[in-house]
Amino acid sequence: MTSNEPLFVRQFRFEGKDFANAGSVSTEVKAILRSLGLPAPLVRRASIVSYEAEMNVVIYASSCTATLLVDLRRIVLTFDDRGPGIPDIGLAMQVGYSTATQEIREMGFGAGMGLPNIQRNSDSLDVRSTVGHGTRLEAVILIPPEQAS
Amino acid sequence: MEAGKMTLDDVARRCSFEVLVGSELLSGRTVAQVFASDRMSDVLASAGAGALLVTGLVSPQSVVTAHIADAAGIVYVRGKRPGPDALDKARVLGVVLLATPLSTFDVCCLLGSVGLSGADAHRREKLT
Ligand SMILES: Nc1ncnc2c1ncn2[C@@H]1O[C@H](COP(=O)(O)OP(=O)(O)OP(=O)(O)O)[C@@H](O)[C@H]1O
Ligand SMILES: [Mg+2]
Repeated sequence: MTSNEPLFVRQFRFEGKDFANAGSVSTEVKAILRSLGLPAPLVRRASIVSYEAEMNVVIYASSCTATLLVDLRRIVLTFDDRGPGIPDIGLAMQVGYSTATQEIREMGFGAGMGLPNIQRNSDSLDVRSTVGHGTRLEAVILIPPEQAS
Repeated sequence: MEAGKMTLDDVARRCSFEVLVGSELLSGRTVAQVFASDRMSDVLASAGAGALLVTGLVSPQSVVTAHIADAAGIVYVRGKRPGPDALDKARVLGVVLLATPLSTFDVCCLLGSVGLSGADAHRREKLT
């Protein structure tokens, strides 16, 4: 990216339980980040964050507005959903904690590793939730200065 | 070529994998390591970029996960076949899909015997 390149913002709306399209937001996020010329390891980290957050919405929530924002210093991914919310975020963040059904587990999810993966691949993470209303997740991935040229 | 790394083309030939999608991509991909799991978050947590994924999960999500994780490709075990949705996704995203009649354990042994190692090889060295 050049220093005068504008801020990039893109919003996505998608539905929960739509397993046929699950992952389409994150594959698009990945394509956008690649097209911006960001380094592959950074694109990979952001894509993992996006995909884990997207799958959580598909599995647990009913609808979501996701936002990808890129400036010269950082990638910001926000997933704002309407859904059951998370009663105990500290517990949900623990490796192995999952409320996934048997059906979801058979699809390859429910290891209780999604939120920990998001945490590990983000430079900062903020998760807020209101039970009965929804969950908002905001992850920031910093772009190292030497790579923003 | 770096020790323990080979092209997907070499790996597929030496292990007699059937190529389901991506035959034109095989020679351009290098396999960095092998990771076997049926849990997608497990793959995203532990398989590094360029990993060859070994799984029995043939859903479209296995294809998306491989794409997100920058995997070299997927080997489906025990003769399992992905459906048309997964095959289409793989073509669109450029994910190489391979198949073998072997079980997970046997295909991993085979991949080891041709010189590949696991994502956790550094941990194994400490144990043995
Ligand atoms: N958007 C969400 N809305 C409601 N509950 C959620 C949401 N995201 C996560 N959770 C809750 O937090 C738990 C842990 O989530 P996490 O992503 O870490 O694991 P998982 O989805 O259960 O399994 P995995 O991600 O390994 O497939 C979930 O089982 C679910 O109970
Ligand atoms: Mg999850």
